[in-house]
Amino acid sequence: MKAAVIVFPGSNCDRDIAVALRQAGAEVSMVWHKEAELPAGLDLVAVPGGFSFGDYLRCGAIAAQSPVAAAVKTHAERGGYVLGVCNGFQVLTETGLLPGALMRNARLKFICKTLPLTVATTESDYTSGYRAGQEIMIPVAHHEGNYYADDATLERLRGEDRIAFRYAQNPNGSRDDIAGILSPNRRVLGMMPHPERAVDAGHGGTDGQAFFRSLVGALAEA
Amino acid sequence: MKARVTVMLKEGVLDPQGEAVRHALGALGFDGVEGVRQGKVIELDLAEGTTEERVREMCERLLANTVIESYRIES
Repeated sequence: MKAAVIVFPGSNCDRDIAVALRQAGAEVSMVWHKEAELPAGLDLVAVPGGFSFGDYLRCGAIAAQSPVAAAVKTHAERGGYVLGVCNGFQVLTETGLLPGALMRNARLKFICKTLPLTVATTESDYTSGYRAGQEIMIPVAHHEGNYYADDATLERLRGEDRIAFRYAQNPNGSRDDIAGILSPNRRVLGMMPHPERAVDAGHGGTDGQAFFRSLVGALAEA
Repeated sequence: MKARVTVMLKEGVLDPQGEAVRHALGALGFDGVEGVRQGKVIELDLAEGTTEERVREMCERLLANTVIESYRIES
């Protein structure tokens, strides 16, 4: 199973997500944002957390215009898997691969904390390793994680079972407690919390392991 | 020629930063501030003949996120 991690100036979770994917059995390459093409035969593209381009203009807005973003979009449109975590989720909403937007946290504070998430659907290769409704502890570290989408979009996300994770206690004002969502084909997932920071006993928790195992496992079989 | 783009959160989208500014003004004793909305101003230095249509395209594709923001162009 082949994965690529995109690296922007200001990415800072790129190596963490590569470690998590490798630990789950993936073959991982790192791809600089100026590349207009992705390596051949990729199953998964991971867009990591961080502060791409210093969060200038809006979080993820400049990264979404970089040459590699067009290649990621093409990969997704061909049915490829794309995972965006934290700043990666912001980039995916800015490219239009996922609906909605991430705004400044409602209480204006940067939140850096391990928080309980509820697994809202197990119907995806990202979440099939959990039980529906299971509570998992995953670190959160963001200033702009307040998910916003209009009523019609929220209705569609609920109706199509595309909410992957919810906050058990909403920390940031996200509508419908949304922490992560899926694309219509369930292959693109964006989430603000960091599963890659919960894959080793040294992290203080391993609730993120099932995420990477189910994902890498499903793609290795495909 | 210059164009000035004002980007604001759309009506109905909660603006926590504007709210914080409103509270701070109240704390300073400025009564009667009923609402504050905070946005950004982007000034563009443009080649002569750049059309407003072109600036609108810049807003749609990059300067504003129209999911949550509206924009106004003055030239």
